[in-house]
Amino acid sequence: MATETRTTQGAPPPGGVSISLSDPTFRAIVYQILVVGAVVLVGWFLISNTLDNLARRSIATGYDFLGREAAFGIGESMIDYSPKDSYGRAFLVGVLNTLKVSVIGILLATIIGTVIGVARLSSNWLIAKLASTYVEIIRNIPPLLQLFFWYALVSDGLPAVRQALNPIPGVFLSQRGLRVPVLEPHPVWANMGIALLVGIVAAWGVSRWARARQARTGQPFPAGWAGLGLIIGLPILTWIAGGAPMALDMPKLAGFNFSGGASISPEFFAILTGLTLYTAAFIAEVVRSGIKAVNWGQTEAARALGLPSGPTLRLVVLPQALRVIVPPLTSQYLNLMKNSSLALAIGYPDLVSIANTTLNQTGQAIEGVTMIMGTYLVISLSISIFMNWYNKRIALVER
Amino acid sequence: MTDNVQSVGLPDERPPANTVGPIAWLRSNLFNSWYNAILTILVLALLVSAIPPFVGWLLVNAHGFDSTSTVCRQDAGGACWGFIGEKLRFIMFGMFPWDEQWRPLLTICVFIALLVASCDRRFWKPWFGLVWAAGLTLVAILMWGGVFGLTYVENTLWGGLPLTIILSVIGLAVAFPVSILLALGRRSDMPAVKVLCVTYIELIRGVPLISLLFMASVMLPLFLPNGVSVDKLLRAQIAFIMFAAAYMAEAIRGGLQAIPKGQYEAADGLGLSYWQKMRKIILPQALAIAIPPLVNTFISFFKDTSLVIIIGLYDLLGTAKAALSDPSWRGFYREAYLFIGVIYWIFCFSMSKYSQKLERDLNRGHRR
Repeated sequence: MATETRTTQGAPPPGGVSISLSDPTFRAIVYQILVVGAVVLVGWFLISNTLDNLARRSIATGYDFLGREAAFGIGESMIDYSPKDSYGRAFLVGVLNTLKVSVIGILLATIIGTVIGVARLSSNWLIAKLASTYVEIIRNIPPLLQLFFWYALVSDGLPAVRQALNPIPGVFLSQRGLRVPVLEPHPVWANMGIALLVGIVAAWGVSRWARARQARTGQPFPAGWAGLGLIIGLPILTWIAGGAPMALDMPKLAGFNFSGGASISPEFFAILTGLTLYTAAFIAEVVRSGIKAVNWGQTEAARALGLPSGPTLRLVVLPQALRVIVPPLTSQYLNLMKNSSLALAIGYPDLVSIANTTLNQTGQAIEGVTMIMGTYLVISLSISIFMNWYNKRIALVER
Repeated sequence: MTDNVQSVGLPDERPPANTVGPIAWLRSNLFNSWYNAILTILVLALLVSAIPPFVGWLLVNAHGFDSTSTVCRQDAGGACWGFIGEKLRFIMFGMFPWDEQWRPLLTICVFIALLVASCDRRFWKPWFGLVWAAGLTLVAILMWGGVFGLTYVENTLWGGLPLTIILSVIGLAVAFPVSILLALGRRSDMPAVKVLCVTYIELIRGVPLISLLFMASVMLPLFLPNGVSVDKLLRAQIAFIMFAAAYMAEAIRGGLQAIPKGQYEAADGLGLSYWQKMRKIILPQALAIAIPPLVNTFISFFKDTSLVIIIGLYDLLGTAKAALSDPSWRGFYREAYLFIGVIYWIFCFSMSKYSQKLERDLNRGHRR
């Protein structure tokens, strides 16, 4: 990588060479051979240095260390993990934690960002000013500073476990984070999940059928409401059929910590809040410019055709605004995902933080850094591919 | 006219009272529909419940800059600005020798003067590069010393705001020419050059800055021949340059793509060589278009310098965090983060306002 910047600078000045090499095609070939040669030379120089250094420090290369016992604990994990597990499994825990915070963060930031972006365009002066103040403050402060603030707010600002705040029965707020009651396990939950999937598929089928019928006969069908009813109604019916279980697993103070319930750690709270609020400010700007990019004449034309304001927004303005919104929105999603690496600074066990522990313990610096980079590249590429597919789907089809 | 036509002009009537004045403004901006009225009242209630306690904490109940932490802890109703009073010089200048701290202060002033002057388009001339070179030399003399009777200060002692500004400004200055080459390479007809540039740009943009800082801090020592060592600051600076070059290259590519094909063809028609064409025709236009996105890149870059705390350098955020680890001042994080937050905010906000103004000014020529 450093290699390449050097080579572009190191390319010979064309003024001197072009006199003797006046054929552009030949010249291009010569330049490319020179550039590639320089890159290979610099790369070879770096690699030979590295091999030399590794041999001198007797560090073995390769990914064999992934199978060895990790011997360090991880605060929170979505899969079973103990210090006896391998480095490979520890890294997987980190990847899952990164994905968890990215996915939830992207969902929340999209919702908050859209609300704020629309609020900035509100005809209500107070709301518009409030929204733009939010955007201008949040955008211009480093995300890491915001993370530190949120983390300090929980770990320093909240009372110790013994004096935990108890705003609603069963909900505890303390330095250890948020503790909430969860529903006790019951077979009906799994069935409700299946019912939800069935509902989504059925709603998709209904909307296809409704669109085909409207294209054929011109009769509209409230597919949106029917679909919503299917997606919400089927799981609720399953729940009632299963005996409507309501038993809660309440958290209780036992010794110096809580037992029962589910918890949100201060680290997770800080990284999620920080990333969500920071990215939401950028998404708000994306949404605002997208909506403003749709000509007001479009709205007026839709009104003139007799469309009510709801369908005007849904059928005329939004599809056009989305075309402007999706590409910059993609890069905001990618930014949020990459910024989740800041978790390292507050101790949330994301993939960078676990890879960092691993490379400190094993000394496998090159392997650790390439694993971090490789994983992020794979996630980045997946988000880009998905968003490009979506962008193509909504893009303007020109004849 | 007046002789022939007798016009009995009615005196001008005032507009209806409900269309002018503050009442009308309220009606059209805050209470123009029932849901807006509800929203307005809700927001007002929120503001009334939030602002007085905040102002009370910030100013009314706050302890002054000369207060001690014991006083603040006994009466914890307001902010404790004694923290800033005691730690101000540490937060701003890090571990720079106490008696020499006028030097980093002067450095900050030099940088701000250079940046403010660069905002004026009258100075966008080649000779202004010399002014920058002179300014940076002055900064190097001030920070390192060792000449003109100034004591030598190792760069491991640098910290605070000067470090933040040095990392971002030097990073930008070095990355700029590299990014132009990368952007040109990405648009090049030569497949090998193009593939190299695209790979570099996409690789860097696909990974977080932290991983580059890691690479610079743990892998760079392995890359270099035995016996050659690079200090921590320079390693961070290299990571920043690599990072900034990729992002700036994309901003410049946007500018290059906005240049109509006719400009390239006209330059070719005049018989200019590739570099003449780029230097005299394409780049001056493309860079002008790319300046607003470049300023935006610089803003995010300025914020990102705070990440050096992770590899153990003390920039503005790092010194604030270190000041908080002093046992007698533990827990005053609100004051610390608010203070440096405001500093970061002033820099970033003024730059973003400038970029918006520039965008309007530069668009003026294109609009008819």
